[in-house]
Amino acid sequence: MADRSSTAPRREPELLPHQEPAVEKPARAPRNGWVGRPIERKEEQRHVRGRGKFIDDFKLPGMVHMCLVRSPYAHARITRVDVSEAEQHPGVICTLTGAEIAKLTTPYIEIGPDPSARIQDYCMAVDLARYQGEPVAAVIAISRGAAEDAAELVQVEYEPLTPVMSAEQALTDADVIHPAAGTNKVWQGTFEYGDVEQAFRDAATIVHIDRMHFHRFSSTPLENNAIIGHWDQRDENIRFWCNNSFPTIGIQLVAPALGVHIDRIRVETHDIGGSFGIKITNYPYMTLCALASRKAGGKPVKWTETRTEHMLASAHGNERTFLDTRVALDRDGVIIGIDSRHLDDCGAYPRYEPLGCVIWTQVFAGVYRFRNARINFSQAVTNKCPVGPNRGYSRMQQLWFLERCVDLCAHELGIAADEMRRRNYIRPEQFPYTTPNGCIYDSGNYPGMLKLAQERLGWEHWKKEQEKGRAEGRLIGLGIGTTLDSGTNNFGQSRIVNPHAPFSGNSQAANVKLDMYGEIVVSVGSVPQGQGHETTASQVVCDVLSVTPDMVTVRAGFDTERNVHTGHTGTYASQFAVSGLSAVHGAAQKLRKELLRLAAYALNAPEDQLELGIGKQGAEVRVRGTDRAINYWGLANIINVNNAGLPDELQDVTLNCRYTWRAPFKIPDLERKYGNLTLTYSSQLHIAVVEVDTDTGNPKILDYCAIDDCGVMINPRIVEGQVHGATAHGIGAALIENCAYDDSGNMVASTFSEYTPITSVNIPNVKYGNMETPSPHSYSGAKGMGEGGAAPVHAISAALQDALYPQGIYITESFNNGDSIFSMLAARRQGRSTAGVRTERRAK
Amino acid sequence: MPSVSTSANGLLQLQLTVNGKAVRAEVEPRTLLVELIRDILDLPGTHIGCDTSFCGACTVLLNGRSAKSCTLLAVQADGGELLTVEGLERDGKLHPVQQAFAENHGLQCGFCTPGMMISAVHLLEHEPKPSEQQIRKAIAGNCCRCTGYQNIFRSVAAAAGMMKG
Repeated sequence: MADRSSTAPRREPELLPHQEPAVEKPARAPRNGWVGRPIERKEEQRHVRGRGKFIDDFKLPGMVHMCLVRSPYAHARITRVDVSEAEQHPGVICTLTGAEIAKLTTPYIEIGPDPSARIQDYCMAVDLARYQGEPVAAVIAISRGAAEDAAELVQVEYEPLTPVMSAEQALTDADVIHPAAGTNKVWQGTFEYGDVEQAFRDAATIVHIDRMHFHRFSSTPLENNAIIGHWDQRDENIRFWCNNSFPTIGIQLVAPALGVHIDRIRVETHDIGGSFGIKITNYPYMTLCALASRKAGGKPVKWTETRTEHMLASAHGNERTFLDTRVALDRDGVIIGIDSRHLDDCGAYPRYEPLGCVIWTQVFAGVYRFRNARINFSQAVTNKCPVGPNRGYSRMQQLWFLERCVDLCAHELGIAADEMRRRNYIRPEQFPYTTPNGCIYDSGNYPGMLKLAQERLGWEHWKKEQEKGRAEGRLIGLGIGTTLDSGTNNFGQSRIVNPHAPFSGNSQAANVKLDMYGEIVVSVGSVPQGQGHETTASQVVCDVLSVTPDMVTVRAGFDTERNVHTGHTGTYASQFAVSGLSAVHGAAQKLRKELLRLAAYALNAPEDQLELGIGKQGAEVRVRGTDRAINYWGLANIINVNNAGLPDELQDVTLNCRYTWRAPFKIPDLERKYGNLTLTYSSQLHIAVVEVDTDTGNPKILDYCAIDDCGVMINPRIVEGQVHGATAHGIGAALIENCAYDDSGNMVASTFSEYTPITSVNIPNVKYGNMETPSPHSYSGAKGMGEGGAAPVHAISAALQDALYPQGIYITESFNNGDSIFSMLAARRQGRSTAGVRTERRAK
Repeated sequence: MPSVSTSANGLLQLQLTVNGKAVRAEVEPRTLLVELIRDILDLPGTHIGCDTSFCGACTVLLNGRSAKSCTLLAVQADGGELLTVEGLERDGKLHPVQQAFAENHGLQCGFCTPGMMISAVHLLEHEPKPSEQQIRKAIAGNCCRCTGYQNIFRSVAAAAGMMKG
């Protein structure tokens, strides 16, 4: 294939002079240590023995069980709830109804501004049910079976109301879902940068795309939500054992709703069977378990969600519709301007929203150089399950939108797919790159990734196969998806949706200590769900203390009483490699300094002659080149149990070192909606080769390649695993998984048998490759990764487009299965147009 | 299969072999096999991920056949021989399938892993040299949301190699 990347486009978009990066460049870690090695995870050994500690495994003394009664209607007035028969059922301890909840709690804090701030969101429906599956009553009984039996005896009368099933319908306000707010609109704002009007005046071509739609799906962790709540009546403290994956935001919402001081709430997580963000929003169920426990006389109350409950009423990813999109291109096919209107459907309650209304702007520009763009963004409530931050949260929708724009324009202009990307990518020499909205992309090499992916896939081979296939009437397409995984977010972006939001920056804490017999113990505030934090944290500590991973204990899970959290602590937004491990690194360095000071005293030697290492008696500090050493037991002994006569200058040594890492963020310019919103930008480039069956419309992946660049890899084995996982989620979302609703508001994929998460028989073999452009924004050069930016959705949409463009079909939906493709093929065969895309060529 | 005896309180008395040990248990008629395993026998390594026998987190071997224990009644296991993840390790030595999953990063969160490994054990007991297609088919009823299955395929193939050697 001819490489035309050297022919510079005539009308290069103006690049703004780079701002001074708002982040200081950290000192780089050495590259010859444990960081960077693909070591086996510490976590594997317990899990292969079936010894993971999951919440549903916990049996506490006196524990009772909660079962929820849920609304069968998407939108209905609740006219009567009668629990009297249920309360008579053997084994039942008590019940809870919405009317009680409204007396016992206050609505959750809303993140958005007026009027959406007036939305009243309780942990149970009070007078209106607003989505199918919303809890309307709870039954607490001595066994799960008894609670389930009694729940069937709860009588609820409903008066059905018109369900509002799309953001477009919602924004008409014909039926208002939250009367207190008076409108279904949650948030609206315009993000405009550069000179959009001039770009469209200058354009050689304008491509119009009437409507595109990114569907609802969920990464559906295999472990459902599970919570044990215990309101201890002896001291009025509340304790949760749960699988919430962002418990510090959870308790910041639960405590005010319950009217208790936050210090009275203790949250523990242990092993979590996946979250992918979905478990961030299980805090209403935490609230319910606490109230149920108090009403049950202080007994611990366990609630384990069923899969059907999970599908109906946990959280789905954001659904987004893109309307009236116009793309301005110069005569070389370089995008110079974009104008579009985006509608986000956040389901029945905003909960973590409207943060999604700004989080997509972390990747406003995607991987492309355009400088002029205007996106009018609105979010609305509908009568669907509330959304939650699902893997790739809010950014993948924007990235898919941009990828579709670039891809559709390439086809319309007759420019080869790879060539179109090369002409539009941000160039490697432009990093650090400041986007039109002030985000600073730390590093990257998108053309390099494309080249590597093409080689790894065998692009030329597949182009020939495609040509051969077309001659035989086969529909084969190659699709490129280039995407970003922005990590370590600046909570200051919340001010763009609500100037009064009391959030900004980002921080994580960690503690590294020597326990009394010299054991190295690490506590982190993160809430891992399979990402291997125990392993990667140990790798970081090993490099600082010159020990081996088997000598480092990393406490698994989260516990407020370990006191290693900040208000930002959780596992979300691709950040542990940067924020979490920077905290671990900082704490380990503090401990190292203390060890050297203490050893200098113990060994009567100057610090600069000391070194850390492993001796005959384990980890030790020694005088370089001698056999004079003191091991960690000896050092821990001096501080903890043998400290008489400790000199004054060592009184501050604790060997118990907590470090809080704070990201160097500023609050964005709220007027201009401008500023750095994320610290690191991992990138992914996937290529899919897809064949569409001409008779059935069934798509089949013939080949698949995934290239990842997350800067320096802490543990390449874990990175590859995360790429595999994100790839499966994306392929499932593109072709199989759809949280579809019918017009009446019934969720039609309410079990796994209908939702059909991707399995071993429909995942292709993934040709994996890696590139490394170290981040200048982290001490290790690592970037947060794991979410994957939904690259497969982009690549598969593009591959289907490539296969079906000659049929006159435009891919404007993110979800395409055999049914929908068959419908498009049938429509074309009947001569009907399938979608509104048109290209306006100017005489330039 | 012996007939199930009923105690005075209406509970059914079962006898079965679990991970090589004879056990007795009393269950309600409606008790599911997975509930017997997790709640009564206190073997929490067998998990529950769905309610339509799609996901396979509850997979065990019952009389040598892989079975989804959420879809069987406990009484159906009476007189039978049950193998759960807790029974794979023998004399402190991991089963080759466990070893291979650990070495090949064939898991992330660990929730599907017990059921997934049981399906792999079942496959390798019947097909010591499985093709990729046979591996894919053998775990088609076991859903994993973390790994994208790539390292699971590698793990099962590696286990086959270890068992052969």
